[in-house]
Amino acid sequence: MLEIKDLCWSLETGEEILKDVSLKVPDGKLTVVTGPNGGGKTSLAKLIAGLEKPQKGSICLDGEDITGWDITERAQSGIAYAFQQPVRFKGLNVRDLLELAAKRKLNEGEICELLGRVGLCANEYIDRVVDASLSGGEAKRIEIATVLAKTDSKVIVFDEPEAGIDLWSFSSLIEAFEKLKSDGNRSLLIISHQERILEISDYIAVIAAGRVSKFGTREEILGGLMNEEKAVRCPLGKDKEGNPNG
Amino acid sequence: MDKTTEELLGIVSDWSGKFNGAYNIRSNGQCAGRQSSENILIENKEGAPGLVIKIKPGTKGETVYIPACVTKGGIDDLVYNDFYVGEGADVIIVAGCGVHTDDGHDVRHNGIHRFILDKGSKVLYKEKHIGTGAGGGAKRIDPVTEIIQGEDSYLEMDTIQIGGVDRTFRKTSGTLGKGAKLVIKERILTDKEQRAETDFAVELNGEGSAADIVSRSVARGNSYQEYHSKISGNAKCKGHSECDAILADNGKVNAAPELFAGDLDAELIHEAAIGKIAGEQIIKLRTLGLTEEEAEKKIIDGFLRG
Ligand SMILES: Nc1ncnc2c1ncn2[C@@H]1O[C@H](COP(=O)(O)OP(=O)(O)OP(=O)(O)O)[C@@H](O)[C@H]1O
Ligand SMILES: [Mg+2]
Repeated sequence: MLEIKDLCWSLETGEEILKDVSLKVPDGKLTVVTGPNGGGKTSLAKLIAGLEKPQKGSICLDGEDITGWDITERAQSGIAYAFQQPVRFKGLNVRDLLELAAKRKLNEGEICELLGRVGLCANEYIDRVVDASLSGGEAKRIEIATVLAKTDSKVIVFDEPEAGIDLWSFSSLIEAFEKLKSDGNRSLLIISHQERILEISDYIAVIAAGRVSKFGTREEILGGLMNEEKAVRCPLGKDKEGNPNG
Repeated sequence: MDKTTEELLGIVSDWSGKFNGAYNIRSNGQCAGRQSSENILIENKEGAPGLVIKIKPGTKGETVYIPACVTKGGIDDLVYNDFYVGEGADVIIVAGCGVHTDDGHDVRHNGIHRFILDKGSKVLYKEKHIGTGAGGGAKRIDPVTEIIQGEDSYLEMDTIQIGGVDRTFRKTSGTLGKGAKLVIKERILTDKEQRAETDFAVELNGEGSAADIVSRSVARGNSYQEYHSKISGNAKCKGHSECDAILADNGKVNAAPELFAGDLDAELIHEAAIGKIAGEQIIKLRTLGLTEEEAEKKIIDGFLRG
């Protein structure tokens, strides 16, 4: 279980991006973080993975305070993070990245299985360099497959996994998330604006203007919205200035 | 052959106790083994140290190996090797050079290779360089490559300096006829006080000729690298050169690309990028559990391999 308490993060300029964010992400459940663009979702993911350090508050993994740990220590202790914007490498290919994530050599069958989970055909991609020649959707799916290859993870954060992904691959992705969830032993946190991902969630947190503006079970949050006669497609919560949307 | 030569041969060529097909092994300035094949004839060059290698027209699928090693300090080995590739041939040429010194004396190999490609021939030329051995002696490799390409011929030069070479001056020139294509992939790693200088000059003289030069280098320690390239487009042609360098520690790189367009239909492009490893690449690998040092190593190894 991942537990975030009173997290505050400001830029060097003093601009506050996250303000007293608290969130519990229980094992075996899928928690979706949604909310308007610029609300602070990716910033939260970066704080969880250790890419940024908070000025205040704490992050605990299975009861242990990991707030002071660096990126590598967090990754080694079981935190995985699929970036919103995949990183490109001149020279590392798909196999390299998957094997680095898995910490061992993988055979063709294993690579095929991993790529299949994100709807990619292994034969075409196994030796592809993960550089700027990949399309946005391809790079995104490889990024997700890399995180799936990291089998020691206790917490996985996916940052907008749906972005740029076609309908067919998206179905495989939903299956992959459901499978991760049914394994039961890790916390899943998916940042998403996608209805189908919201539909398979257990909990939903809405982050807007740097704060958790809503948190509850899927029924509570989605039901509440229906009552407000707002379609799910319409952004949930508030924009950066804290004004309600719509 | 001494043990060091055997080890170096294993690193710079596909040597595993023997070669299949045509080969010539040069060790400390002497011939340590030679074999011609039915289609590839290897002979001594007249009037100068080195070889003349004649590849018969139409030869397909054969590989010729001509590695050279210098394993004793105090040797300055100069060799001229000329390759005549017959019309329509399609072959692989594996050169490769290892220099070793541990007796405090300098060691140098200076290989001057000329390639004359007849119409429609195709060559993959692989060259790997390494320096080994302790002691204060400088390890130097100074290759000169001259390429003359006839109509519709194709040459790909894959050249890599994997490490341990204190000084290198690499000079490569090409003259391309109608429809000829030249692809060069160069990789250079320097460390400590090493220096590497590379110089390309390509003349695109024939209509429809094309050259693609990609040089990737990593300069770490206190090392210094210089890159010069000049592509001259003298006809309707395409030329592309790219110099991509990663700096680490106190490494320094000077890249000076040059393009000359002497024809209205010459299309020439140069790209150069020098900088340290992108921070986000290290961060991504760290999120997979690698330490910063491990991440850097993976990124550099991949960059130089790719
Ligand atoms: N390093 C930074 N420098 C400047 N501004 C930043 C930085 N990091 C985040 N921000 C700002 O913080 C706010 C929150 O950004 P964040 O990326 O967390 O939003 P988000 O909720 O993920 O948005 P989206 O849905 O568009 O992905 C934005 O206004 C963004 O511009
Ligand atoms: Mg975001």
